Amino acid sequence: MSKGGLNYRLVIFFLAIVFGVGLSMPTFLQTEKGAKISLGLDLQGGLYMLLGVKTDEAIKSKIKSIASSVKFFTDDNDIVIDSLRIKKDGVSFTLVDPDEEKNLDGMINKIPGIILKKDGLNYALSINELEKEATKEYAINQAVETIRNRLDQFGLAEPNVARQGKDKILVELPGIKTGAEEQRARELIAKAAHLQMMTVDELRSDRAYDMSDDEAAEYGDVILQDARNPQQKHVLKEVPILDGSMLTDAKVGYDRMNQPVINFSLNSEGAKIFGDFTGKNVGAHLAIVLDNKVYSAPVIRERIGGGSGQISGGFTIQEASDVAIALRSGALLAPVKLLEKRSVGPSLGADSIRASMLALALGFVLVVVFMIVYYGLAGVIANTALIANLFIVLAVMALFGATLTLPGMAGIVLTVGMAVDANVIINERIRELFRQGSSISKAVEKGYDNAMSAILDANITTLLAAVVLYAYGTGPIKGFAVTMSIGILASMLTAILGTHGLYQYFMPRIEKSKNLNLWFGIKGSTK
Amino acid sequence: MQIFSKDKVYDFMGKSVPFIILSFIMIIASYVLLGSKGLNYGIDFSGGTIVQVKYEGPAPIQKMRDQISVDKMFANATITEFGSPDEVVIRFMSSSDSVQEDLGDIITKLLQGTGNFEVRRVDIVGPKVGGELREKGIMAMVVSIFAILLYITIRFEWRFAVASILALIHDISITMGAIVLFNVDVNLDILAALLTLLGYSLNDTIIVFDRIREEVKKSKSFDLFEIINFSISKTLSRTLLTSLTTFFVILTLWMFGGEIIHGFGLTLLIGIIVGTYSSIFVASPMLKWLKFSVEDYKSKEAKKEKRRIEKEKMRAQYEQGIV
Repeated sequence: MSKGGLNYRLVIFFLAIVFGVGLSMPTFLQTEKGAKISLGLDLQGGLYMLLGVKTDEAIKSKIKSIASSVKFFTDDNDIVIDSLRIKKDGVSFTLVDPDEEKNLDGMINKIPGIILKKDGLNYALSINELEKEATKEYAINQAVETIRNRLDQFGLAEPNVARQGKDKILVELPGIKTGAEEQRARELIAKAAHLQMMTVDELRSDRAYDMSDDEAAEYGDVILQDARNPQQKHVLKEVPILDGSMLTDAKVGYDRMNQPVINFSLNSEGAKIFGDFTGKNVGAHLAIVLDNKVYSAPVIRERIGGGSGQISGGFTIQEASDVAIALRSGALLAPVKLLEKRSVGPSLGADSIRASMLALALGFVLVVVFMIVYYGLAGVIANTALIANLFIVLAVMALFGATLTLPGMAGIVLTVGMAVDANVIINERIRELFRQGSSISKAVEKGYDNAMSAILDANITTLLAAVVLYAYGTGPIKGFAVTMSIGILASMLTAILGTHGLYQYFMPRIEKSKNLNLWFGIKGSTK
Repeated sequence: MQIFSKDKVYDFMGKSVPFIILSFIMIIASYVLLGSKGLNYGIDFSGGTIVQVKYEGPAPIQKMRDQISVDKMFANATITEFGSPDEVVIRFMSSSDSVQEDLGDIITKLLQGTGNFEVRRVDIVGPKVGGELREKGIMAMVVSIFAILLYITIRFEWRFAVASILALIHDISITMGAIVLFNVDVNLDILAALLTLLGYSLNDTIIVFDRIREEVKKSKSFDLFEIINFSISKTLSRTLLTSLTTFFVILTLWMFGGEIIHGFGLTLLIGIIVGTYSSIFVASPMLKWLKFSVEDYKSKEAKKEKRRIEKEKMRAQYEQGIV
């Protein structure tokens, strides 16, 4: 006769149940505190995007900023240079005053990563490979930071922006509810927010409509559209006076006509450049250019100190606020492009939850009923393990802050079907031993022994497949691999250890009743 | 309750020839389907755009087609019902890389005036991402097959590993054939289903192999057929019961789980049937063809056992020597 009662297996099983039920409660009750399982975007609705960064553009703007530095330095030191041009892979100009050669070379050599080629007084500057790579790398990291800042200020719940792989950016926005909201978020993400102060080329400003872009480039000019009136064009000097990198703040304000405008302020360096330039160029036109569109081109009446300015361009309040957010969080050094996008409306997410929950519940009931009909009380014991298994899966997921996706739900459903497998194997082995005439306690003990190697080998191979799936899967598929892996591991604890403990606990009663049909679902009696 | 008789040993090996022929026919048919019609790659692997739209009332598919085809970019768009007459998906191969204005917005504008509708899902996959996902998917298959091959070789012996991998290829091939036959859109979830099957079908095969391994050691017989018949018969109720419970839950998933996981459910349903069949009728006869010898295995196991006992003896002597 076995002594029954408490045993270490049962204690561990009991602790596992307490762990499972305890830690899955916050998820069920949706309490404020405690780790919960969050729903994936496919279940709660939202926007998922994978973005690429056009890093070549970052190199272009790097070249532009080198041109700006050269222009500022020569202007500031009264060095005369001619035909300053921005080319595809660098900057070129001619020094007019040979006495200044040393002074200029000294300044140029201080710019990191630059290659200087000189042909007499003709200068050609380009960037070396190392600096190019660094610029690309910086552009990607900066894009991640910038997009994160913008979305944080946009006011959506839990935006997630992360770098993925070498050159991709993952953006997840669970809070998006409507198409209009999604569109606004997308525009905010993609807005370059590239602010430039440029000079109008007074000599050629009347040729805005009859000059080609190439011809303009020969004079070192660019032709840009007006923001309010797309038909109107402006001829501007290609090399900007300064750009938005020197901006410290941008806020929405109102002008005298009570129209929304954006007031911005510059840092001390920017304020100095701006002050010096306006002081020297009274009477000329200054263009405020945002994302290659001219918002205004007023005449400079006097030196503008203090380093503040205004962008006005017939914005709506919402537009002005989004532009201000974008400016505050900085310009994107390189534009982003869409590689992959998945957006799920909240109603579809809700439908998916409802459908998969129904499938889970029905599948669960079918399995539970089947086990009881086929195995009697042994089926009840297996079902106890199955329910414990479900709780543990949810608890572990909550503990790790895992995300439940639709494939993840499918993984749980599948786990329900497969978790009873261990108990089926064990019960079949026990029945077999009964037929060979074993006593009850011997049949149970030996049944577990015999079944062990098969259960382990089978579970480990399934686990191997799940791990590989996790390693190579993306997004929701990873969720499927996670729930399946946890389910398999938990089933080893509940279905093997837990049920064994239960049998040992009930053994005296089983031996007393000798009712194999009730306990194991087979006819016949035993010694 | 019991379904299978207690001690009957079924003669599976004696009837293996017709089943092998059946398997061959199914595999050949599958590859013919795969070669002629080919897998119907969804946007995850081919790149493209999907827009899922739900109408109040039945969707006016013809009207939608007329309005969408105004834009040449969507000339090849297909519109199909999705789960219910109210809901449709619009699919096309093109994708744009603009973040601000995406193809979903354009479709929404084109559909104005076709009735009250709600855009419930817009998925865009660029061609580069699609290619990467396909590569990763194939890698996942190959890596997991090798990992499993290695594991079984260590735990059993190479013939078991090869036999189970061949059975696996059998299952995956036939399931893929069925995917083509039923015109399932092959997306990431189908890949997940196939990888799950990989694990599942092995699961079944290993339970049988485990029993064969046990019987080879225990039994006095040297007849492989006899041992295999006995082992399959003994594990038959388990094989069928587990397949049945898994089948139940997948069936509910397929029937009630919603249109999005319909293909996933169908793939698993077919896979489970094929996997169960193969673990009984395909994997085990393979052992015979691979010239698995009961005698060799026994003598190898006996040697192993002898070495183990010797080791133990030496350890015991050693420990005694210390005391």
